[in-house]
Amino acid sequence: MDESSFFIQALIYLSSAIIMVPIANRLGLGSVLGYLIAGIVIGPFVFGFVGTEGKDMLHFAEFGVVMMLFAIGLELELDLLLRLKFWLLGLGGLQLVLTAAVTASFCIGFGFGWKPALALGLILSLSSTAIVLQTLKEKGLMKSISGQASFSVLLFQDMAVIPILAIFPMLSDAEVLPSANHHSLIEDFPGYLKTLVVLSVVVGIILVGKYLLGPFFRLLAKSGNREIFTGASLLLVIAISVLMGAVGVSAALGTFLGGVVLASSEFRHELESNIEPFKGLLLGLFFLSVGASMDIPIVMQSPTKVLGIVFGIIFLKAVVLFVLGMIFRLPLDQNLYFSLALSQVGEFSFVLFGYSAGLGILEESSIDLLVASVALSMALTPILLLLYEKTIFGFLESKIPKKQTEQDIHKQENPVIICGFGRFGNMLGRFLRSNGIAITILDFDADRVEMLGRFGFKVYFGDATRLELLEAAGLEHAKIVVAALDNPEKQAELIRNVSLHYPNIKIVARAGDREEAYDLKELGVQYIYRETRETAVLMGRDVLRLLGTRSHTAEKAKNLFLKHDDETFHELFDLRKDRVQYMSLAKQRNAELERLMLVDLGQEEELERDSWSEMER
Amino acid sequence: MSKILIFLVHPSLEKSKANQMLLDSIPNSQDITLHDLYEEYPGFTINVKAEQNLIESHDILLFQHPLYWYSCPPLMKLWIDLVLEDGWAYGRGGNQLLGKKWVQVITTGGSKEAYTKGGFHGFTPDEFLLPFRRTAELCGMEYLQPFLVQGTFELNELDLQKESNRYLLFINSLLGGIYG
Repeated sequence: MDESSFFIQALIYLSSAIIMVPIANRLGLGSVLGYLIAGIVIGPFVFGFVGTEGKDMLHFAEFGVVMMLFAIGLELELDLLLRLKFWLLGLGGLQLVLTAAVTASFCIGFGFGWKPALALGLILSLSSTAIVLQTLKEKGLMKSISGQASFSVLLFQDMAVIPILAIFPMLSDAEVLPSANHHSLIEDFPGYLKTLVVLSVVVGIILVGKYLLGPFFRLLAKSGNREIFTGASLLLVIAISVLMGAVGVSAALGTFLGGVVLASSEFRHELESNIEPFKGLLLGLFFLSVGASMDIPIVMQSPTKVLGIVFGIIFLKAVVLFVLGMIFRLPLDQNLYFSLALSQVGEFSFVLFGYSAGLGILEESSIDLLVASVALSMALTPILLLLYEKTIFGFLESKIPKKQTEQDIHKQENPVIICGFGRFGNMLGRFLRSNGIAITILDFDADRVEMLGRFGFKVYFGDATRLELLEAAGLEHAKIVVAALDNPEKQAELIRNVSLHYPNIKIVARAGDREEAYDLKELGVQYIYRETRETAVLMGRDVLRLLGTRSHTAEKAKNLFLKHDDETFHELFDLRKDRVQYMSLAKQRNAELERLMLVDLGQEEELERDSWSEMER
Repeated sequence: MSKILIFLVHPSLEKSKANQMLLDSIPNSQDITLHDLYEEYPGFTINVKAEQNLIESHDILLFQHPLYWYSCPPLMKLWIDLVLEDGWAYGRGGNQLLGKKWVQVITTGGSKEAYTKGGFHGFTPDEFLLPFRRTAELCGMEYLQPFLVQGTFELNELDLQKESNRYLLFINSLLGGIYG
């Protein structure tokens, strides 16, 4: 592909995506479908902007899937898995096995061989993480029982993809090479040596991830260069997938492992947010290519067949889910919601279809039919849920339980996020922690992060001015964001981001001096704290005491001063652009304060008496 | 020999001539401990344990304070609420104050006449101080008649001197010894 045509390709793909995705989002269909539709539109069967190279594009875009698995691995914290083991293994495991079995037996009934039938069963047992989680989040059902159940099932499916990818080659009758397009380095080794090499590579990845990556990233972080960090994150993913490919293991499996290893690292959020845009775009490209390579005529020739397949799949999946929901004692309304929500086939099936085509498990023609059916089933989910909510759900409503159960599925996110953990944030963090407030801490100084980690603070490394990083750290569940970054520009950027996208979160901000405080007020921050103010005034109070003022009087003087300072701050704020007026008002307020102070310290001529004794005369 | 613990409770001592005079009259003695509550707890965070320990090594609790709205200043009320704990000062096992003495030294702006049945305030100091009396009795303490300095802002230098002498004698009698 020469240069100009590459750019023209990019132009077509990107513009179709930015037109279709927002439209699909508006219609509540989700971005996955937006990409698919955009792909169909530019594909050879509608406008024909892109031709058959959709297939090559698929190979490139599959790297988005690799990245998705890396991200899924990053999300898998061990304690979350342990907490969910009952739901995860029980509900998730049974769902997959039962759906696959039922679907496979149906397929055999339709005259498929058992191998393709089993492959199909496994593919169709997956649901769409993207669509379901987004829907649940939008409707605020993440914490409900149906939300918990859905989350468990989806998580199990995401993990199950790995073994499924491993099983597929065994289901292939055709003589196909293990990795579709290149030879692995160890192909000619004897079997036991192969196993040994693969094992040692996996162990190597785990060891490197545990012991070498931390120091390496810290070193990079010190150079303070963000794009290098992004580059390193990409390099990590690419290196793992190449390495794994070289020994003939799927890249997806390798990166997934890498993700799991790094899930407990302090760089987790940073990695996540670095990979995020690439992952999103590549996945988008992937769905686009799926759309573009879809064989529309086949579908058009047999619409009834397609619709039959779609509703067949939805019905089958929903029934299996519903039965399991009953076994796991979900309330009826929640159970129905859960069954419908997970009744579509997931986006990962496109990957598996492509994979099975490469292995020759399924025929191209049936794959085209199935891909179209899967896309339709995804499109139907939001519509089905909407219908259900408008009709039956209202009658059944056992109301989402207000009280949360012990085994809370959704990772409890902390109500306070502290951005910047220098001297100031540190003090605040210690205070909040001693009062039992759960805090999430972000800091961009790698040394500090490491040191605090040793003190048992869970600190994440990252640049808090990046919204996606904040979101990865659980911004949407936070009530309060503490902005305590040293750099005023960064601080302003952070505040702008949060107040724009999450207007309901309260921002509590630290300012270096009065000017900075004015700037923060300009940004609309309500709670502003000048870093040195209280400390200086406390010191002043003690100086008064050392000079012989009584403690209580000095204490009152301190409080009076601070209160007066607050009032003056807001008054002067309006005038700060007009230097002359500003100075005169400032002087006036100072004189006033002085007079107040003298009266209070009893040095004023008119010796103030106990006012209530006055009236005794 | 009794040991006296003097609680000085005055939010703005620097403005009260009468209270400063009283303070200056207190003799130096190893049997007298002066405890300035507003100086000790400017932020109103009372250390209950420390207060109780202090009390346990004394026999007489003397509270020197101005009369505000027929009662004590707020920190003294808070002190009573916090320090005189159930199980320590009264109630089950609360016998730490048994047999100790309670006495108040009070300055009032109003004159003696104002604090009578027919006077401006319509009641006597004893009647106003009833809550303190009951507090002391409930804790098994002996409640002594308060020492009053009244009409404080009509006192001239000579009057102040007289009151000062009277206070010194009062404290000496409490100590059960002679100090000059």
